Amino acid sequence: MSGSLEHLVRMANQIARNLEHEPDPAAATAEHIQLYWDPRMKLMIFENGAAGLSEIAAAAISALKARV
Amino acid sequence: MTYQPQSDFGTPESRSTEQVTLTIDGREVTVPAGTSVMRAASEQGTSIPKLCATDSLSSFGSCRLCLVEIDGRRGTPASCTTPVEPGMVVHTQTPHLAKLRKGVMELYISDHPLDCLTCAANGDCELQDQAGAVGLRDVRYAADATHLGQAKDHSNPYFDFDPSKCIACSRCVRACDEVQGTLALTVQGRGFDSKISAGLASDDFLGSECVSCGACVQACPTATLVEKKVVEIGTPERSVVTTCAYCGVGCTFRAEMRGEQLVRMVPWKDGKANRGHSCVKGRFAWGYAQHQERILKPMIRSAIDQPWQEVSWDEALTHAASELNRISAKYGKRALGGITSSRCTNEETFLVQKLIRAGFGNNNVDTCARVCHSPTGYGLKTTFGTSAGTQDFDSVEESDVILVIGANPTDGHPVFASRMKKRLRQGAKLIVIDPRRTDLVRSPHIEAQHHLALRPGTNVAVLTAMAHTIVTERLVNDAFVRERCDMDEYRDWAEFVSQERNSPETLESITQVPASDLRAAARLYATGGNGAIYYGLGVTEHSQGSSTVMAIANLAMATGNIGRRGVGVNPLRGQNNVQGACDMGSFPHELSGYRHISDDATRRLFEGEWGVSLDAEPGLRIPNMLDAATDGVFKALYVQGEDILQSDPNTHHVAAGLAAMECVIVHDLFLNETANYAHIFLPGSTFLEKNGTFTNAERRIQPVRKVMTPLNGYEDWEITQKLAQAMGLAWNYTHPSEIMDEIARLTPSFAGVNFDRLDQEGSLQWPVNEAAPDGSPIMHVDGFVRGKGKFVVTDYVPTDEKTGPRFPLLLTTGRILSQYNVGAQTRRTDNVVWHEEDRLEIHPVDAENRGIKSGDWVKLASRAGETTLRATVTERVAPGVVYTTFHHPMTQANVVTTDYSDWATNCPEYKVTAVQISPSNGPSEWQTEYEAQASMSRRIAQAEAAE
Repeated sequence: MSGSLEHLVRMANQIARNLEHEPDPAAATAEHIQLYWDPRMKLMIFENGAAGLSEIAAAAISALKARV
Repeated sequence: MTYQPQSDFGTPESRSTEQVTLTIDGREVTVPAGTSVMRAASEQGTSIPKLCATDSLSSFGSCRLCLVEIDGRRGTPASCTTPVEPGMVVHTQTPHLAKLRKGVMELYISDHPLDCLTCAANGDCELQDQAGAVGLRDVRYAADATHLGQAKDHSNPYFDFDPSKCIACSRCVRACDEVQGTLALTVQGRGFDSKISAGLASDDFLGSECVSCGACVQACPTATLVEKKVVEIGTPERSVVTTCAYCGVGCTFRAEMRGEQLVRMVPWKDGKANRGHSCVKGRFAWGYAQHQERILKPMIRSAIDQPWQEVSWDEALTHAASELNRISAKYGKRALGGITSSRCTNEETFLVQKLIRAGFGNNNVDTCARVCHSPTGYGLKTTFGTSAGTQDFDSVEESDVILVIGANPTDGHPVFASRMKKRLRQGAKLIVIDPRRTDLVRSPHIEAQHHLALRPGTNVAVLTAMAHTIVTERLVNDAFVRERCDMDEYRDWAEFVSQERNSPETLESITQVPASDLRAAARLYATGGNGAIYYGLGVTEHSQGSSTVMAIANLAMATGNIGRRGVGVNPLRGQNNVQGACDMGSFPHELSGYRHISDDATRRLFEGEWGVSLDAEPGLRIPNMLDAATDGVFKALYVQGEDILQSDPNTHHVAAGLAAMECVIVHDLFLNETANYAHIFLPGSTFLEKNGTFTNAERRIQPVRKVMTPLNGYEDWEITQKLAQAMGLAWNYTHPSEIMDEIARLTPSFAGVNFDRLDQEGSLQWPVNEAAPDGSPIMHVDGFVRGKGKFVVTDYVPTDEKTGPRFPLLLTTGRILSQYNVGAQTRRTDNVVWHEEDRLEIHPVDAENRGIKSGDWVKLASRAGETTLRATVTERVAPGVVYTTFHHPMTQANVVTTDYSDWATNCPEYKVTAVQISPSNGPSEWQTEYEAQASMSRRIAQAEAAE
């Protein structure tokens, strides 16, 4: 995993962990990433799949990927 | 305008709403109750002679020059200490008063050097003026016993003290006490032996506790305390009101000039942020503007190991445009980006982000707020609906409890700190939440009721434990919450914070704050009257920076401390225009006024004005740009007024990112550290050389006015416009006012802002629009901007940065009073006498364990890198915690900080780095290599001699 991808995985997990108390944590995580990440970052995390991601983060990425 | 001293009404304004009518010299005058006779007279245009009185200080009544006669009263009371009364009849000019005043003046002059013609204050001396006003023509007293011929104190780099010229009026002492709140000066001795002393008799000004704010110099009615520049240049002949370019307080000054030469910066009494006060930086540290290291000609080079070549503006800009276009064509438009500056004006910042969005064709624009207050924007927008603080600075005058968390205002925001300290001396209670024992915790006449010295990285745990106390002890302002907040969200939050795992007792092992202290602090904040929270980068620069901002907002809402004077949530912004840079659309996901780039209606508005199509996707943040650069897909960067190599975390990573780019354009005053990796250098202009506006931490938009011609030839907005034109954009602004007009057309919260109004009003606090035509000093008065206030559950998540056997200590970083940010400006002034190097503060126990003494060189190492600096052993830091500043490039504290960041905004986690300290006998390998590389990089090729 490249340094940048590792960074993105950590960011996604951090976002998911801090949004755990939202009514739908995966949806909130997906929304956050949609609003603040640039297209290449999103593409990189989509291509990464679920590797290294927490359960909520993985669900968020999966949902976001399906949406876009 | 022609030079006129600022008006001085003699005593402070009364804020009473009751009006009193009296007669002065046969004219009726009506003033607020509590006004002095002196001020009432002055307001109707009658100047009563005075020496010890000035309207920035409480009346004192010592000089006996302002005597008046009042019908029905015996004697001749001092007009400065006599309040007006209804029906009072006052006479300010009578033969008896003239005789008394002349006698008093004669005594003063008998012990004053009669060197007016060669005195630095000739023509700007109140003693001289008053001698004339009372008609003194000769002095009958023999000069037997006098104070003449005493040694001058030249120790302060910015002002001289000549005791021979002192009239012992105590204005300097009172200014230090009342205005600055340092209490460094005193009157030593009594009667004829009275002498102004800075600290002990053995101290000079430099060696004393004086913080060089300049209040004493401003208050002095003679040349006893006088700016060295006035001695050197002479008295000013004109003045221009402008706004300071240092911290986010946004002090306004009169730039007092002789021709194009700046003589002095004098705080403007009508300035609504500073109310006539200043600090050492704004008042004195502006010499960098003419520093010999300033670059005045554009330069280019083919590679970063080559020397710079000076070129014409046309050549530099054509080359820059050509490179940007080449890279866009070769790598795609998303390979370019730019960084706006919180040190530049709103208009300049707006143009840079416009250049990137409309010219580069992407949203890869970010700003230095990324590394300071981006969590403030996120947190306050989420909870309240506005990415800004809620109060004006005047509001602190009505606070009963002041909670300062993660801020060191006496160093970082000194002028506001003085105003806060004034309120604390009046009896407001103080809670400080900070790992360090900052000066505010205990200083003259001030002592915090509670200092919660938490372990770095546990802000959220502390604030949640405070919320636990407030909710479980039923201290919530139920009426406020019911009326103003979303009740479902409140109930979720209240249930969460009430859990036992969030109690002060349970969290004590994590926060290291005794539960009883934390509970007491929470009770005080909730029940002590008007509670105001002030915070700084100790809140935002954490992995949970945004959560901490929201936890603060939760506390304010739960206790009803929002929407009126004396309360609120107040981010103390770091740089002068952090608020403005954020307002202007400098973030990659939003346009000016904090509207998301994906919003079709907003984007269409800008597209219509700019005549281009805008990318609907957010762009890259600074750390993401650097990641993309090391990945080989981000190739060009335009940096205006920032030095990311020194200011951003994990220097090695920043350097690697910059080195991987094909075109780095640095637009700055100096060859800063980032310029070591630049290919094009565009020389910038100082705040003294440009027109525009800054927006301070109160959302106050204030004019910046050009007082001299730019040494580099152009104001910064002109340079950005020329770059845009070179890239083919049809921009044709002729003045920054036109840029502000465009901002107002596009930004609802700025709809009513224009330069004419700013000239009339002095300043305006946004939002300024149809609903608030005169601006908005206090936000969320009748309701939150977002509708209902939003409580957010802020679960404490420990940082991934862990101490362990290799790195057992926690490093936190910050600022010192005399230096500013990366020091590019202040290191090039005489402020270096107070801080010539970054020092590492370490607790005696940790120092003892490592065999370290104060002054020793130590190695500071983390998993990111290592550097060396000298140690200061002090109990200001707790055991297990070390602290340093980041003002000097050769220390480069950010070699040590990591790339961990806030979960919501990527604001770096500067405040928590696991480190080890050990003795050192020389610079680190990085420092040696960096010094060589920086030296090589700054070479400028000699121009060829003309034939």
